[in-house]
Amino acid sequence: MLAYITKRLGLAVLVALTVSILAFMLLYLSGDPALAIAGEGARQVDIDMVRKTYGFDQPIIVQFGNWLLKVVQGDLGQSIYFKTEVGTLIFTKLQTTMLLAVYSLAFALIISVPLGVLAAIYKNSWIDRLCLGVAVVGQAMPNFFFALILIMLFSITWRMLPVSGSGTWQHFVMPSIALGYYAAPAFMRLIRAGMIEVLSADYIRTARAKGLPTSSVVFKHALRNAIVPVVALAAVQLGFLLGGSVVIETIFALDGLGYLAYQSIIQKDFPVTQVIVLLLSVIYILLTLASDVANAWLDPRIRVA
Amino acid sequence: MKKNTALYVGCGLLLFIVFCAIFAPLISPHDPYVQDLTNRTVPPFWYEKGSWVHPLGTDQLGRDYLSRLIYGARISLLIGLSVAVISGLIGTTMGMLAGYFGGRIDMIVSFMVTTRLSLPVILVALATVALVGGSLWVVIMVLGLLKWDRFAVVMRSATQQVRSMEYVSAAQSAGASTLRIMLTEVLPNVLPHLIVIATLEAASAILLEAALSFLGLGVQPPLPSWGLMISEAKSYMFFSFWLIAIPGTALALLIFSINLAGDGLHQLLTPGERA
Repeated sequence: MLAYITKRLGLAVLVALTVSILAFMLLYLSGDPALAIAGEGARQVDIDMVRKTYGFDQPIIVQFGNWLLKVVQGDLGQSIYFKTEVGTLIFTKLQTTMLLAVYSLAFALIISVPLGVLAAIYKNSWIDRLCLGVAVVGQAMPNFFFALILIMLFSITWRMLPVSGSGTWQHFVMPSIALGYYAAPAFMRLIRAGMIEVLSADYIRTARAKGLPTSSVVFKHALRNAIVPVVALAAVQLGFLLGGSVVIETIFALDGLGYLAYQSIIQKDFPVTQVIVLLLSVIYILLTLASDVANAWLDPRIRVA
Repeated sequence: MKKNTALYVGCGLLLFIVFCAIFAPLISPHDPYVQDLTNRTVPPFWYEKGSWVHPLGTDQLGRDYLSRLIYGARISLLIGLSVAVISGLIGTTMGMLAGYFGGRIDMIVSFMVTTRLSLPVILVALATVALVGGSLWVVIMVLGLLKWDRFAVVMRSATQQVRSMEYVSAAQSAGASTLRIMLTEVLPNVLPHLIVIATLEAASAILLEAALSFLGLGVQPPLPSWGLMISEAKSYMFFSFWLIAIPGTALALLIFSINLAGDGLHQLLTPGERA
């Protein structure tokens, strides 16, 4: 087990290092980053100033080395547009985004667990097909379109929820639904498939044979086993939800990391963008690491492979 | 259970959209770029103020909405197809190499896939478009270079399965070159998986382009990208929600048809693998 964890941890560190290089190199995609930031038609004086402020006049290896060294020490640099420390700027926003991601995940599970279980119990019936329909619509609907429909219904027509902002819990309702609904189909399919497999297992037949009520068989015996792969998927989905928060937070002007990322990109405030790309990647790496280790702990067969 | 309803419905709907896209100049009632500022935000025909001159109304600049919708199908389909081809080429090559040779190559490919998966796609794509400048081709290239991960993962495991088959060993002992075995023995046998992944990835690329254009960092005006149309109509959503609902529904229908066709193909091409 220890050997597996060490190996897996080593891989995570290596991936994080590669991602940090990519996040740093992102700026160089345009050829000359100073020109890209100053904008087309900028005066040479301005371009030179940008080059000096960002340190683009130094060799690229030195730039990367300096940047990584500072990031590891916790100094995330200065935001050009917001004129504050990137670290403090990001920390408060990260809480908002984490909340959003957790609420979305909760919403996704609340609709996908019952629907997945129902679809499995009544396999190939109209209930199964209805659940499949919900999943298919969820996958086909662009989440920003769904978000606008929610705004139209809940804010404009019924005046129940605020359109945008992030002050109260009401501000989180629509973003969580819009983001979570998109993650639900994957869970539903996984739960349905898992439940169908588990329900045909011998111990379920035994449980039924000894006369346990259906609800007890389904929830105590079957669901408990079918839910294990869902935990692994939840870790991965949480990472995707953090990434997907860019679109949703921007629509609802929810003051989180995704909205900040969008603003920083629009304002060409790339020190902020780089750190957010790196941060979201590292969170994803940590989540998959945790999920892999948990799986290896639950299932000894994985450790050997 | 009726067997391939999904395939027929999906393909039928998809063919209809492809047909509209190909014959856009013939079936569009108006030029999608011509503005008529005296006829702005005319509602579709089912509203009281609507008329059959503009069946789906006009947008905030007086352009015929049906024509823009039809031309928009071209953009979405082009994005889906090109991104699937580019990322498919990259991912399939990587996955087949990893699955066939295993060992160090497999390790490198798996590492690249893990790294790619940890990058937030939307964010990286947004930042790239902001730096390089938005255009249809930039969006296609960015998404094509980002979305190869699922191709690589699936092609890797499919190739691993095929590799241990007897016909591969037979070809090896007959003295066929590795390249020849890859192209004539392995590729045809992993093709069903490839096609299914390609449909899924095309759908996901279309959604991503719409999201990028919606955020203003994708396809640029005046091109009638559906995502862009929704974005431009946002400030009119209070009085003219149909400006958002029409391209949004079109997008959802397109994705729905591709997914349905993909599911149907999955059942048709890889029978017995999953219910």
